[in-house]
Amino acid sequence: MATAAHQPLARRIFTPTMIVLAALVAVAAYFVATRFMYGLGAVTNLNQGYPWGMWVVVDIVIGTAFGCGGFAMALLVYIFNRNQYHRLMRPALLGGLFGYTLAGVAVMIDLGRYWQFYNLLLPWYAQPSSVMFEVALCVLAYVIVLWIEFSPAFLERFGLYKVRDFLRRFMFLFIALGVLLPTMHQSSLGSLLLVMGSQLSPLWYTTWLPLMFLVTALAMGYAVVMFEATVVSNTFNLPSEQPILAKLSIMVGWMMAGFLLFRFAELALRGDLVHAFAGDLNALMFWIETALFLLPVAIFLTPGGRESQRLMFLGAVALLVAGSLYRLDAYLVAYTPVQNYTYFPSVPELMVTVGVVALEILLYLLFVKTLPVLHAHEPARTPKAR
Amino acid sequence: MALNRRDFLKCAALGGAAAGTAASTEAAAAFIRPPKEMPPKAVGMLYDSTLCIGCRACVDACKEANDMPVEMPVHLSDWNEGTWDSPEDLSGRTLNVIKAYRHGTMEAKDRETDGYAFVKRHCLHCVDPSCVSVCPVSAMRKDPETGIVTHDPDACIGCRYCVYGCPFGVPQYDLDNPFGKIAKCQFCTHLQEKGQTPACCDVCPTGASLFGLVDDLKEETERRFAMQPGTLYQFPRGNLSEDRPRHEAPVPKYIPAVYGPNEAGGTQVHYLSAVAFEKLGLPKLPKRSFAQVSEGIQHTLYKNLIAPALLLAGLAFFAWRNARKRDQDEA
Amino acid sequence: MDVTHATRGQDIDFDACLREGADEPLPGLGGITRRSLFKFCAGVAATMGLPAGAGISMAKAAAAPSRPPVIWLHGQECTGCTESLLRSYHPTLETLLLDVISLDYHDTLCVGAGKQALDYKHQMMEKHKGKYVLVTEGGTPTKNNGIYCQVGGKTQMELVREAAEGAAAIIAIGSCASWGGIQAADPNPTGAVGTHEIIPDKTVINVPGCPPNPYNFLSTVLYLLTFKRPPELDEKNRPKFAYGRLIHENCERRAHFDAGRFALEFGDAGHRQGFCLYKIGCKGPETYANCPAIGFGDVGEGAWPVGTGHPCFGCTEKETAFRKPIHALAQVATYTPPTAFPEVGAQKGEGVSPGAAAVVGGAIGVAVGAGAVLMKQMGEKKKDSEGTGAA
Repeated sequence: MATAAHQPLARRIFTPTMIVLAALVAVAAYFVATRFMYGLGAVTNLNQGYPWGMWVVVDIVIGTAFGCGGFAMALLVYIFNRNQYHRLMRPALLGGLFGYTLAGVAVMIDLGRYWQFYNLLLPWYAQPSSVMFEVALCVLAYVIVLWIEFSPAFLERFGLYKVRDFLRRFMFLFIALGVLLPTMHQSSLGSLLLVMGSQLSPLWYTTWLPLMFLVTALAMGYAVVMFEATVVSNTFNLPSEQPILAKLSIMVGWMMAGFLLFRFAELALRGDLVHAFAGDLNALMFWIETALFLLPVAIFLTPGGRESQRLMFLGAVALLVAGSLYRLDAYLVAYTPVQNYTYFPSVPELMVTVGVVALEILLYLLFVKTLPVLHAHEPARTPKAR
Repeated sequence: MALNRRDFLKCAALGGAAAGTAASTEAAAAFIRPPKEMPPKAVGMLYDSTLCIGCRACVDACKEANDMPVEMPVHLSDWNEGTWDSPEDLSGRTLNVIKAYRHGTMEAKDRETDGYAFVKRHCLHCVDPSCVSVCPVSAMRKDPETGIVTHDPDACIGCRYCVYGCPFGVPQYDLDNPFGKIAKCQFCTHLQEKGQTPACCDVCPTGASLFGLVDDLKEETERRFAMQPGTLYQFPRGNLSEDRPRHEAPVPKYIPAVYGPNEAGGTQVHYLSAVAFEKLGLPKLPKRSFAQVSEGIQHTLYKNLIAPALLLAGLAFFAWRNARKRDQDEA
Repeated sequence: MDVTHATRGQDIDFDACLREGADEPLPGLGGITRRSLFKFCAGVAATMGLPAGAGISMAKAAAAPSRPPVIWLHGQECTGCTESLLRSYHPTLETLLLDVISLDYHDTLCVGAGKQALDYKHQMMEKHKGKYVLVTEGGTPTKNNGIYCQVGGKTQMELVREAAEGAAAIIAIGSCASWGGIQAADPNPTGAVGTHEIIPDKTVINVPGCPPNPYNFLSTVLYLLTFKRPPELDEKNRPKFAYGRLIHENCERRAHFDAGRFALEFGDAGHRQGFCLYKIGCKGPETYANCPAIGFGDVGEGAWPVGTGHPCFGCTEKETAFRKPIHALAQVATYTPPTAFPEVGAQKGEGVSPGAAAVVGGAIGVAVGAGAVLMKQMGEKKKDSEGTGAA
């Protein structure tokens, strides 16, 4: 393969979008500083009933699911050998890189005793029965793997082709790890809730939580690739990846159809489907989720749907929202603390999350403009003044 | 790769449906780890709501014994500037708290309608504690002898999973401190080491909080249940030893159940009451501990890391083979 | 007569009320001056929580030419109530007996004896029929027709009924007269009961205590004289001004209760330091009386059982004194749990703030807007690319 398979997008770096994003990051940085000076309570609405809030659920649980693009594409490209998708691989990896790295940053902001974080790595403190222990180590390892997987982009940028080629020989190992580790911890993000028992609505609580989280994480990974490819090709006037994405979407459609079927069958067999008709907030959220999961299934499994760039984009977005909502509901909405506590994130708390998302977009834009990430196309070689 | 995508998807969908069919609670029970046993010298507490007079001496004694700061709820801060400890619930600064159940005109104590009752909240020292199961760094530990669930702030990373996972909402993180830590009742281990009784039981004027070996406390419960309501009984105070003056009072009309032994794998702190336990804010829980479910599934999936290792080997093989094939194609 | 409300909140100029000759001995009151009488009545009014003007009304009533006649009967008792009354200092006993009321019959204090005294009693009961105040001290035995307490051949039951017939008001002083007292303790061999059970159709004002604080009795008498009606009573017919609040509420040792500092036995370190006596059986939490507020014997603060280190034994409560063991713990009888108690299941935590709703709404708005713009672009571009056939 030619060395110029990927190349930086030659565009201006300081656009108004970038400046707005940077401002949002600065606001978040202010509140993060406040949190470190005065404690979590000074910034968040966390309370005795809701020890985990916006930061854990959105920045970490949902954030890493958004970062599953790299995982999902690696599974498809390297394991199932669908080479035609290879051109989507690097942008997907980059998305994953930021999703996970920033989740790691969010963990450090959210951890109460962050200065003792390294205790996770000390064998005498290890507690292998803890799902959290497994998640923490896996995510940490995966962040490292992601950087290694993505490192060819840096190495190419700085002309270190020999190092790249050396690394390439062992890349299969990192690719394998890059599939194994997310399989483990994305399912474990569901296992984390197994201990919640009766505190979680039976519409979400099932012993199959690990599987549910793994499947939705994969789906979100593919959805994020579709989303990203569509947005990038549109924003930067690059040729559409539509034909490849349409093929990809058939697979995702079937996967989600299976997921929905499984979810309803399992609920019905357990006898807990009645809760879906309880008419409360949980039931409402359940049906919103179901509708959002159904929409991409309908779009992706009809030829007219997947061939329309607009509809496919809509389907990908719906799938991302559905997967995010599934996580948000399972962790916060469907969770009832023992004592009667309520929670809604505070403005500073939300602004930190907004800032983390802004940072993610900002870094993504910065990277695709400075590093060889995007698949090389003819028009990109003659950059337009923009 | 010979596996056709369509076939793969069909298999996946069918497999999913099949798994769904089998996913009854009984099938899931196969994963569940066996329950844990009560430690041989388990110490516990018997809290008798009918004896509690709501004097809050235990809350005060607990603060003093454990050197916890005064708590001032925000909505009371305009008249209470931290001189009057007034915890509303367990928090990073309060290890136990007395709460009141109120109904209607609140005319009589220990009555559900138009009555009121007191309840004490603190760690129940589960036999199979969720907090110990979920803690990634072994900061929560259960003493193998006494069964006391302790917390080590030097190990803790502050992830607050124990707060989230406890079915009783007991461990709490001090959110208002940049260097906060988890706070939970550790049964005054520092006093027990010196042969003393935990502060809340020691100070309780009526013996509503009673300290002792779980087995002895069970016998005490049975004695109370065996007596006709109204007959006079010498209620022990502090602990079950004979060197403390007991007090005589009529045996109340208990609801014929003990809260604790059958909740979430069993607890070492037991409750007696004359009003329904749910009214006192004690959650209805299944007999099985939730740690049994989560650890059971986790251990099944990760037993000796066999499954992940096999998966990794398979993945590495396919990745290696496919990479080689691609290189050959390109060459 | 009712100045209670008319003068509430106003400063009373005593000198103006007293007018001239305030320090001259009053002819009808055996040498006491009008000033000292006013002072006494103002003090009693204050005890009852009445405005200062009521004291003046009381002074006027007390100084009226016809002093109210009082018949005082003794049943099964120890005369402790009378003894306690003898030790009141404002007024002194002689002022009360000679100047405020006309004590026409009293077993202990009568000058006469035997038939002479009884005859005088009957004479006075006839003369003041419907006007005299009957005070009973001591329980009334009922077993075997009440033969266990007789005066002049008549049982206490007969004597009480007879005297109650023409009484304007009836006061039962002390726990024995109120509800049988120590005689009525298990097994109650004489069937002793309180006065009100002998005459169930009459209102009996109970001033329980063992003994009761003399000022609770005096205040009740003066209220009767002044307003011609009993003071406000609770469901056990006790004047509310004296028995309206729990001892526990005004106890000087309450802070120790709240802080969990208890004496565990007599003479231990906590007891010597004045800690709360609840654990050794103090009945303050279930006993309604004003003991901690006014004390006994006019010697200043702390002169009452709990003040001297003995747990309250609940003498003003029918169900407590002589019925519950002294070491048994009290039922804390607060009507409702204090409001400061956190409620089980009370809702806590922050709701949706307008700002947070705005941020969430804004974020969703931006996302939806951006998505819509993108989708619109896609449509245009599609046409574009179809048109030019580029890329």
